[in-house]
Amino acid sequence: MQLNCPMPKFDFDFITMGHGSGGLLTHKLLESGVFDLLSNEKLDEHHDGAILDLKGKTAFSTDSFVISPIFFPGGNIGELAVNGTVNDLAMCGALPQYISLSFILEEGLSMKEFWDVLVGIKAACEEAGIQVVTGDTKVVEKGKGDKIFINTTGIGTLHPRADISLKNVKPGDKILVSNQIARHGIAILSKRQGLEFETSIISDTTNLNRAVKKLLDHFGKNIHLLRDPTRGGLASTLNEIAGDTGYGVVLEDRAIPIDPQVRGACEILGLDPLYIANEGVFIAIVSSEKADAILNLLRTTEKCEHAAIIGTITEKNPGKVIMQNVMGGKRVVNMPIGEQLPRIC
Amino acid sequence: MKYLDEFRDPELAKKLLFEIKKTVTRPWRIMEICGGQTHALVKYGILDVLPAEITMIHGPGCPVCVTPLHLIDKAIYLAEKKDVILCSFGDMIRVPGSEKSLLEAKAQGADIRILYSPLEAVNIAKNNPDKEVVFFAVGFETTAPANALSVLHAKKLGLKNYSILTSHVLVPPAIEALMEDEESQIDGFLAAGHVCAIMGYWQYHALARKYKVPIVVTGFEPLDLLQGILMTVTQLEEGRYEVENQYKRVVVEEGNRPAQEVISQVFEIKDRAWRGIDIIPKSGLELKNEFAEFDAVKKFHIDMEEAPENKACRAGDVMKGIIKPNQCPEFGKRCTPQNPLGAPMVSSEGACAAYYHHYGNIFNSKA
Repeated sequence: MQLNCPMPKFDFDFITMGHGSGGLLTHKLLESGVFDLLSNEKLDEHHDGAILDLKGKTAFSTDSFVISPIFFPGGNIGELAVNGTVNDLAMCGALPQYISLSFILEEGLSMKEFWDVLVGIKAACEEAGIQVVTGDTKVVEKGKGDKIFINTTGIGTLHPRADISLKNVKPGDKILVSNQIARHGIAILSKRQGLEFETSIISDTTNLNRAVKKLLDHFGKNIHLLRDPTRGGLASTLNEIAGDTGYGVVLEDRAIPIDPQVRGACEILGLDPLYIANEGVFIAIVSSEKADAILNLLRTTEKCEHAAIIGTITEKNPGKVIMQNVMGGKRVVNMPIGEQLPRIC
Repeated sequence: MKYLDEFRDPELAKKLLFEIKKTVTRPWRIMEICGGQTHALVKYGILDVLPAEITMIHGPGCPVCVTPLHLIDKAIYLAEKKDVILCSFGDMIRVPGSEKSLLEAKAQGADIRILYSPLEAVNIAKNNPDKEVVFFAVGFETTAPANALSVLHAKKLGLKNYSILTSHVLVPPAIEALMEDEESQIDGFLAAGHVCAIMGYWQYHALARKYKVPIVVTGFEPLDLLQGILMTVTQLEEGRYEVENQYKRVVVEEGNRPAQEVISQVFEIKDRAWRGIDIIPKSGLELKNEFAEFDAVKKFHIDMEEAPENKACRAGDVMKGIIKPNQCPEFGKRCTPQNPLGAPMVSSEGACAAYYHHYGNIFNSKA
């Protein structure tokens, strides 16, 4: 989402240590920067914390964002920080309502960049329908950070029909993925120094709360588990599920939706898309009898047009993720060891 | 997807497999030279579906795996020097040196950059005139042209702060060494398509004649591999030993002449030690004397004692095809990708890594 928010006039071009001092500079930065832009009833109180009125079961989640580069095709660290926490709440079956926002800024960060990140935050909040209600800003010396680190913590009440739990996963359940995988990781990689390549691939960073709400509205308890495969990609998340439930996961190679450009980039760089990060995709484990109906609903939902049923939960191969490939062979999909590294040739 | 799906078509794969089964009458041992081919064979489950008569032997075509331990130690030594930026292909940085890997050195503060092209390292040198930039120039004939170009480029720009740490090896001398080795019994070879894209395959005719062994230049997709295997088996069954080209869409007999010229302009052929194997005569590339100023070993006067190899690691036997990765007593036990004893367990082209990642420990593959 693009917002037209011209940068107010600041009498400084760069973040300095003074902006984290709690004194006049901090005040100026927050007043004309953060508070005005993100204004809402609770934030406008300028209190040390926010006072919330939530009823019933509530989900609560936190996440930190340290991505480099902070601007990437399809988004920036600010949008990512909002969507990341919103999505973690959505994966609990919650309806995200409020988030906190903490910055660790590196001395020397340009106000223009900081402003663009803030605008990204505002846009992501509006799109997800949530409010920033409390926050913090610290500044570290040049070289002790990497431009900007963000922590967000979010809270929201559970969808009344949600019953999302590992305990509900059972053999025969189908595994759905909500969209094409690996776009975020490849978009970031295409801008890393030393690996730049020309592509129109953009990050998939987006909120998933609206799609999840729609699923729960229609299918409630038939949605057994939701996860967003961010770092470590689909392979890590499915290995976690297999490990935690003690069941096996069988995947169909051909069923996994991947954008041809992403696939091409993966082939060239020698990377496996199963291990690449997503920021706008979720996995749903659902009862098999409703799987097709759930898929049809997802495919008519914005940002889920490429949803697919990619596999099944099995009694066989407990704790393992098995890929059935196009040649009829099988392989084990392991947990990744560390970051994937591009190959030599 | 263009050029991917066409070469992964399950129906065509079945036909090729049927042809292979129809053709084969006796046991044959076929080596795929390149680690990329090993990974594809394992990833697509081809080893599981081949007839029992065919044993695929996984060759030494993993540049990271054959880079001698002392060169990794030298790279780490350079990376840890103040004012040095060490640039490397990503594959190299998890490989264990005698004390640590480049990845661990990076975590401890060394300035190590992962690049996809050596020309990027030249850019880094240009933009950091107060730093020394060293590129860890590892590879077979495939990466040699780009590494050579980086030197020519740096020379043209008049850069005094760029050098390369060279670990370049050549395929044909390795085939010769494998055929001379009594322990490794190989009936036929799948030559590495990408290496041949650069070098052509004119050099292979003499080898095929001398050792009476068929050599088929082969690509990397499942259908390429199945067709390469079929062509090799057909030759073996008919008692022929010729050089054939399966990978015609990429490879021509004479190879890529301009690339070959760049290599011979900058590098000269020298004897070279292959990690886990031995010194193979005339199997490596070194910078020519006229480019000595770009040779990191000379520039930094590196004089280090060579650390001994870990004796428990049987990488050499794996790369010569004497044992399969999972026949090594340490495989998956003391040696895992998290704690590798040797390079083939961490490189994306290493045979041990291929077995570990794709088979896990639940399939009893005939491989």
